[in-house]
Amino acid sequence: MTGLRRVPWAPVVWLALLCVPWLGSRFYTFLATEIAIFALFAVSLNLLLGYTGLVSFGHAAYFGVGAYACAILMKTHGVPFPLAFAAAGVAAAAFALVFGFFCVRSTKIYFAMLTLAFAQIVWAICFKWNSVTGGEQGFSNVPYPDLGWMAAVPGLGALRVADQYFLLVMALTGIAFVVLRRLVDSPFGRMLTAIRENPERAEFVGLNVRLYQIAAFAIAGAFAGFAGALFGIFNRGVFPDFAYWSKSAEVLIMAILGGMGSFWGPAVGAAALTLLNHQITAVTQYWPLVLGIVLVVLLFAFPGGIVGALAAARTRVRARSRA
Amino acid sequence: MLEVRNLRRSFGGVAAIDGVDLAVAAREILAIIGPNGAGKSTLFNLITGHLRPDAGSVRLGDRDVTGMAPHRLCALGVARSFQRTNIFPKLTVFENVQAALIAHRGRGRDLWSRAEGLFRDEAQALLRDVNLLDKADTAGGALSHGNQKQLELGIALAGNPEILLLDEPTAGMSAAETRDSMALLRRIAAERGLTLLFTEHDMEVVFSTAQRIAVLHQGRVIAAGTPEAIRGDAEVRRVYLGDRQ
Amino acid sequence: MLEPSFLVGQALSGLTAAMFLFIVAAGLSLVFGVLRVLNFAHGSFYMLGAYLAWQVTQWLGVVTGSFWLSALGAAAGVAILGGAIERCLLRHLYGKEDLYQLLLTYALVLILGDAARILWGTQQLAMPRPAGLTGSFELAGAVVPYYNFFIIVLGPLIAGGCWLLLSRTGVGRMIRAAAYDREMLAALGADTGRLYTLMFMAGSFLAGLGGALVTPVRSIVPGMDVEIIVEAFIVVVIGGLGSFWGTFLGAIIFGQVLAFGILILPGFSIFAVFALMAIVLIARPAGLLGRPLA
Repeated sequence: MTGLRRVPWAPVVWLALLCVPWLGSRFYTFLATEIAIFALFAVSLNLLLGYTGLVSFGHAAYFGVGAYACAILMKTHGVPFPLAFAAAGVAAAAFALVFGFFCVRSTKIYFAMLTLAFAQIVWAICFKWNSVTGGEQGFSNVPYPDLGWMAAVPGLGALRVADQYFLLVMALTGIAFVVLRRLVDSPFGRMLTAIRENPERAEFVGLNVRLYQIAAFAIAGAFAGFAGALFGIFNRGVFPDFAYWSKSAEVLIMAILGGMGSFWGPAVGAAALTLLNHQITAVTQYWPLVLGIVLVVLLFAFPGGIVGALAAARTRVRARSRA
Repeated sequence: MLEVRNLRRSFGGVAAIDGVDLAVAAREILAIIGPNGAGKSTLFNLITGHLRPDAGSVRLGDRDVTGMAPHRLCALGVARSFQRTNIFPKLTVFENVQAALIAHRGRGRDLWSRAEGLFRDEAQALLRDVNLLDKADTAGGALSHGNQKQLELGIALAGNPEILLLDEPTAGMSAAETRDSMALLRRIAAERGLTLLFTEHDMEVVFSTAQRIAVLHQGRVIAAGTPEAIRGDAEVRRVYLGDRQ
Repeated sequence: MLEPSFLVGQALSGLTAAMFLFIVAAGLSLVFGVLRVLNFAHGSFYMLGAYLAWQVTQWLGVVTGSFWLSALGAAAGVAILGGAIERCLLRHLYGKEDLYQLLLTYALVLILGDAARILWGTQQLAMPRPAGLTGSFELAGAVVPYYNFFIIVLGPLIAGGCWLLLSRTGVGRMIRAAAYDREMLAALGADTGRLYTLMFMAGSFLAGLGGALVTPVRSIVPGMDVEIIVEAFIVVVIGGLGSFWGTFLGAIIFGQVLAFGILILPGFSIFAVFALMAIVLIARPAGLLGRPLA
């Protein structure tokens, strides 16, 4: 068992996923791209949920902001992808900073509902601002970034654009995960968990709790924005429902399904939920119903999510093998 | 060291603290006692910035700290323990103290270093001081009540405070735990030259530990002095035992 | 534009919206006050009240008083559903963290939303005004529909009725005691379990009633559940969670801001209420009349 533990799973999985384009299936590439993006989205939420103890019902707002920012810059203003991508993160972080400032003044339920209310504002803006966002119809024909440079790399030039984009997504999300991992393992990350455990005590060891919460909010928002930017291109179009509360519900359930007590839990949850989504929506349009049922089952039977259940099972196996 | 002048605070028209004057000298051990509802916790909350006073002032040394936010007061050398044990339950004992050290040393803004081994030596020294080194890897929430109080003391000491405010430090403890806990406290206070201000119900603790005692009743200090003086004070006797004489 | 008839018309329209919202938000506030649960699915109950009212009128056909029968029937139906949810699902999560209860109600929104879609489709449904309240009258030059006026009068009546119940009856005393300290109440031997179920049903009843009554004025459509829960939440926040009269006050303020916000930013009046909520929370984090959350 300890042998398995030593394996650095994250890089191994990442490298394995990189091989997907060479499997030759459009669908696998499509699925893998979607999973990678949502994994980032979910892990970004977990910075707030699992690490800082803040339940946000409106995380999709920043996903939406990032998506629109990147798409609008690239298509309407011809901004090159690297710049547009960075701008997406900055824009999302800016929104998160402003919203976060108001939200952290309240606790628990107030906080959750405030995040929802602000997310609905973002949705309403996207929905109504026809001239800039395309309104209800959405913002379509988002261009791919210029991937011509990939032709210079041996082996990559022959791939389809979708596959090349997948590799770009893997690279960018990979970097994002490394950064987020560093963050949660840093002293700053320790402060966040301290705040989660006991905000009152945290204040009296010298932490300006609100400031840290706002910082966590902004960082989580920024990475959600990055995920949104990538998704807008992947989806070839950005729509108001990127910021709708149901998107927030999905990413929240991903985090809980995978397990918010660990760093990679939400990524696992994203993969599981995306796969489930594809299976279910092939059969029925009532995906929210299934999602709701999944959440209820989780709440009653598996509060620790997939990773939590696995960890619990492993502890049981170990205890039994010791007995 | 710490001076409270004419502190007042009301809740919905009822004066919880009604003009309290108090002074604690450096390295002194002062106990605040009083019947239930006298306002002891409120007084603490006013001093440590959890509540804003309606009137009056709190001075630390020559600095006015009235209504200062807790996290800023903490940086000035004030540490506090709470009535209900206040630790970080899901973090290990080691991580509890490490977090306190990170916060106090201002490393909380560090987004890039690895926190795992940070301040390991200092944390272990602190744990040794409060007799918890052997439990370093236990989750805070899994400790016994007495051990949790020790941990809380460790967290408070992480900031190298000059003055320690303790809200009912032996609440919920058995006689043995109380003895050990107070002995530990006295030792640490002596070793580090701390000023101690604590509230208590347990009179044995108060009279065996405090150098001076202040008696709080209905939001006012009705008597303050050495333990002998307080023991003999008629007003204090009346408040505690009723009008018997 | 600033003629008296216009102002009166807008103000009355704001009051109507406020009273609809109050009926729903009152239920939300009552449930939170006693159970400490913010029922996200409260908006779904509202929506189900609307759909059920429509359904009952379909079943009843042309019958005198069908509107009122269906409104009360729908509200009762929603109340029963609420009771079932409380007993079978919510009850088991009381000891756990707030997050779980909130997430459960979140899950219910998803489930009930699709349930409505399955049962009634996605087409907009509509209900006519009840016979006897059709038509309108004139007030200071403004045209006021009788039905709107009815709602404006009904709101304070319900508020008054609830207040009387809370302050003058034995049940009301228990409810207020539970809001203050439910552990103590349980220790005193009161059947808190039954109280919780009843309160949840009462709150759901109000939500369903609000939904049923709103049908002649707004179309029944998927998405009305989330729209109303956000609005109801804003109202309760502005007034103060746990304060009954705060909810009333919050509803009135909300209604007027919504009505006159259109003048400032047409099409964006919803932002006016969000701005209002932000302002109130900055000035008074517990709401206008609320107590801080323990």
